[in-house]
Amino acid sequence: MENNKQHCGLCKPEGLFEGKGKITLKDGIWENNPISIQILGVCSALAVTNRLENSLVMGAALIFVCIGTNLFVSLLRNVTPRRIRMIAEVAIIATFVILFDQFLKAFYWDMSKRLGPYVGLIITNCIVMGRAEAFALQNRPMVSILDGAANGIGYAIVLAIIGFSRELLGTGNIMGFTILSDTWYTPNQLMVLAPGAFIALGFLIAVFNAIKGPEEESAS
Amino acid sequence: MNETSVLIIIIASIFTANILLSNFLGMCSFLACSRQLSTAIGLGIAVTFVLTGTTGLNYIIYYYLLKPIGVEFLSYIIFIAVIAAFVQFVEMFIEKFSPKLYYALGIFLPLITVNCAILGASLFMIIRKYSFIQSVGYGFGAGVGWAMAIILIAGLRKKMGYSNIPQPFQGVAITMIITGIMAMAFMGFAGMVTM
Repeated sequence: MENNKQHCGLCKPEGLFEGKGKITLKDGIWENNPISIQILGVCSALAVTNRLENSLVMGAALIFVCIGTNLFVSLLRNVTPRRIRMIAEVAIIATFVILFDQFLKAFYWDMSKRLGPYVGLIITNCIVMGRAEAFALQNRPMVSILDGAANGIGYAIVLAIIGFSRELLGTGNIMGFTILSDTWYTPNQLMVLAPGAFIALGFLIAVFNAIKGPEEESAS
Repeated sequence: MNETSVLIIIIASIFTANILLSNFLGMCSFLACSRQLSTAIGLGIAVTFVLTGTTGLNYIIYYYLLKPIGVEFLSYIIFIAVIAAFVQFVEMFIEKFSPKLYYALGIFLPLITVNCAILGASLFMIIRKYSFIQSVGYGFGAGVGWAMAIILIAGLRKKMGYSNIPQPFQGVAITMIITGIMAMAFMGFAGMVTM
């Protein structure tokens, strides 16, 4: 990320990672985390997090789509008529999702099978659309890329946390390594099934609320 | 070709493989619009209607247009366009022929375009290789299942308004946990039918 600093001609002299860039980055990852604070894109956060590996791939997919969409929406922001901006955004998002989907199908067929329709469903993931609409339409390309990356990373981190805890509690293993040995820990199958997802995310949101303090309540 | 009978698919998609409780689709509007019972009912009916229509439409487009010319990878973009167009069309149709219904459902219709349950059902239909009748049945069942889940949770949330919930859990967190418990209850149906 650091070498972006040199060949970033479009941003202000103080550099991409100070001032506005820094605020953008912090905002996406923590202050306004797309899942735990804004409660967007919950579907995939629940559906693919039964294993850590799936969660990581999904996180990577969202980072890619978010960056790509924000870049192109931002580049085209002055030539897109306001009335058709939504459909233009959807077309851009769908293009990047198709790219990622084809990549998975070509190189990681098993993973593509396991994620099933949820890769395609990134199109209706409100995070991507929300960032394009709320940020990229008003900002310059470099900052928009940063915003996309920040939100993607914020999403990926939450997914990794849920994936980690569900796989650990549900099977006792993490990516094939046994962490909780079955001599003293009985895996709780419920955690890898559907109800475990809802409950894990519920607790995670509660923890974020507890850390951030009471003023965030009005958001929900 | 998948051989399951349509009736089984409808029952399974309502109870055992509920699109919301076991596939997690349509969570955004589920969380946002489940505070009032009347809203939940309106949205539930609208979603059922659009789901039934779009799965049929997308089936025809996928198997008679995209597949013969070999551009299946475009299905995402085509499906979302079909859904958006269908919703727009339904909105105009209802406005013209039943203004009363339009005022009841009108505000929910645009929301539906971005409901991932709609696109999700179309994608599941392709992955599970349903026939046309099965697809429409699945769309209908998924819609009814989704409507049932949102109506149930709206009732629960109303009741929850009177309880003393620990501060960090208020709002979405407790709704999520209650949905989890509901999903657990629905898993009890699992022995009934399988897809």
